[in-house]
Amino acid sequence: MTDSVRDTVVGIIAQQAVLEPAEVEMTASLEDLGIDSLGLVEAIFAIEEAFDISVPFNANDPAETAGFDISSVAAIVAAVEALVAGKDAAEDRA
Amino acid sequence: MHRVVITGAGTVNALGQDVPATLEALREGRCGIGPLELRDVGRLNIRIGAQVRGWDPEAHFNRQDIALFDKFTQFTIHAARQAIAQSGLAFEDALSLASGVVLGTAGGGVNTWDENYRAVYEEGKNRVHPFVVPKLMNNAAASHVSMEWNLRGPTFTVATACASSNHAMGQAFHMVRSGAATVMITGGSEAMLCFGGIKAWEGLRVMSRDACRPFSLNRNGMVQGEGAGVFVFEEYDHARARGADILAEVVGFAMSSDAGDIVMPSAQGAERAITGALRDARLDPEDVGYINAHGTGTAANDKTECAAVAHAFGQHADRLMISSTKSMHGHLIGGTGAVELLACIMALREGVIAPTIGYEEPDPECALDVVPNTAREARVAAVLSNAFAFGGLNAVLALRRV
Repeated sequence: MTDSVRDTVVGIIAQQAVLEPAEVEMTASLEDLGIDSLGLVEAIFAIEEAFDISVPFNANDPAETAGFDISSVAAIVAAVEALVAGKDAAEDRA
Repeated sequence: MHRVVITGAGTVNALGQDVPATLEALREGRCGIGPLELRDVGRLNIRIGAQVRGWDPEAHFNRQDIALFDKFTQFTIHAARQAIAQSGLAFEDALSLASGVVLGTAGGGVNTWDENYRAVYEEGKNRVHPFVVPKLMNNAAASHVSMEWNLRGPTFTVATACASSNHAMGQAFHMVRSGAATVMITGGSEAMLCFGGIKAWEGLRVMSRDACRPFSLNRNGMVQGEGAGVFVFEEYDHARARGADILAEVVGFAMSSDAGDIVMPSAQGAERAITGALRDARLDPEDVGYINAHGTGTAANDKTECAAVAHAFGQHADRLMISSTKSMHGHLIGGTGAVELLACIMALREGVIAPTIGYEEPDPECALDVVPNTAREARVAAVLSNAFAFGGLNAVLALRRV
């Protein structure tokens, strides 16, 4: 499950960066990968669609985005895993 | 080269349904932004906007007109009636042939698109009303103004996103200045506050969920508005000869393209439009007392705009006033420059500078006099109005007191 989240997120980021997934280092920042602000917004949209989650992100407001760390690929994967886990827990309760 | 003056103004926006009500709200620093009231608002993430409250089409139009007029056209006609009535002009004979219309809108009949897509996609209908196309087309408003007042000269619509109105008014200015027209009805309108119109903007992640706070360190995005601003641009000698009340003179206009990024603004592109307008108007930087900013309340626009103004004006940047009235009437997208021109006219005619409301924390990257929260009395001789659109298209107008 965790691997599949990572693979999917890395796949989305790789597509934005025009790289092969194997070329995406987990420690790299989006800037390192050459992803600009539009690329970031597009990647977040793709993540939301892939996992059916809502990512707290406002391009103007670091505070609103604080719960979603975008400082590196690994951080994004971890943040998505947390959101997916939260969603699964909510569904289990339902 | 002819001189160009403004002899009529009209508006409808979240602050008021005419010019006096709007100016009063601008003077008082009143906020027109509030909870959106529209269909399916519960499925939106952004639920605030500067809506025109209590808009009653039946009070202004007959049934046949309402069937043909999208809301952006209704707003336009309502504002044009005020502007043309104030000017006192009647368009007959030669004047009718020498007068035209150039209006700005980014989306045109967005409500009409929205309602009819619902009908065919959501409700599964296979038939739409016969007037869908003439209602939604971007030039509908300009054409209806032309028809209602018998304006038979150059008439068209300009669409440059958030700079549409300024580009339109710049074209009107050029046409009267060059002698191609004696009178131009100009300005712009937007009516994008419907489910699809807001959902589209949500996608970009640049919208605030709570308020528009231009230049404030804690700003967190833009807030959409709706409405129209319409003006009568008239050749100076023509206006003088008939004893018209002149609201202000349009003295310069410049446009530039960033040729850079589709959404990120460029300080250099903005600066070229600002300095171009000054040059066109033969104004020295020191002549300008007030700038109505584009001031969207996004992180990117406000710091870029302040850098452009600081660089264009040098030391004088610290002495002029710059405010964003979007904090009150929201961002009217293609109609925004037209409503903002009212604040410029108020500054020149009444000596009142509209404030930037919602200002809470200074931002070192926006270190100009943004007239925070409270209007100010000041005598200014010349003003600029900035508009910087997505797509990197910039349009700046220069006005002077007459």
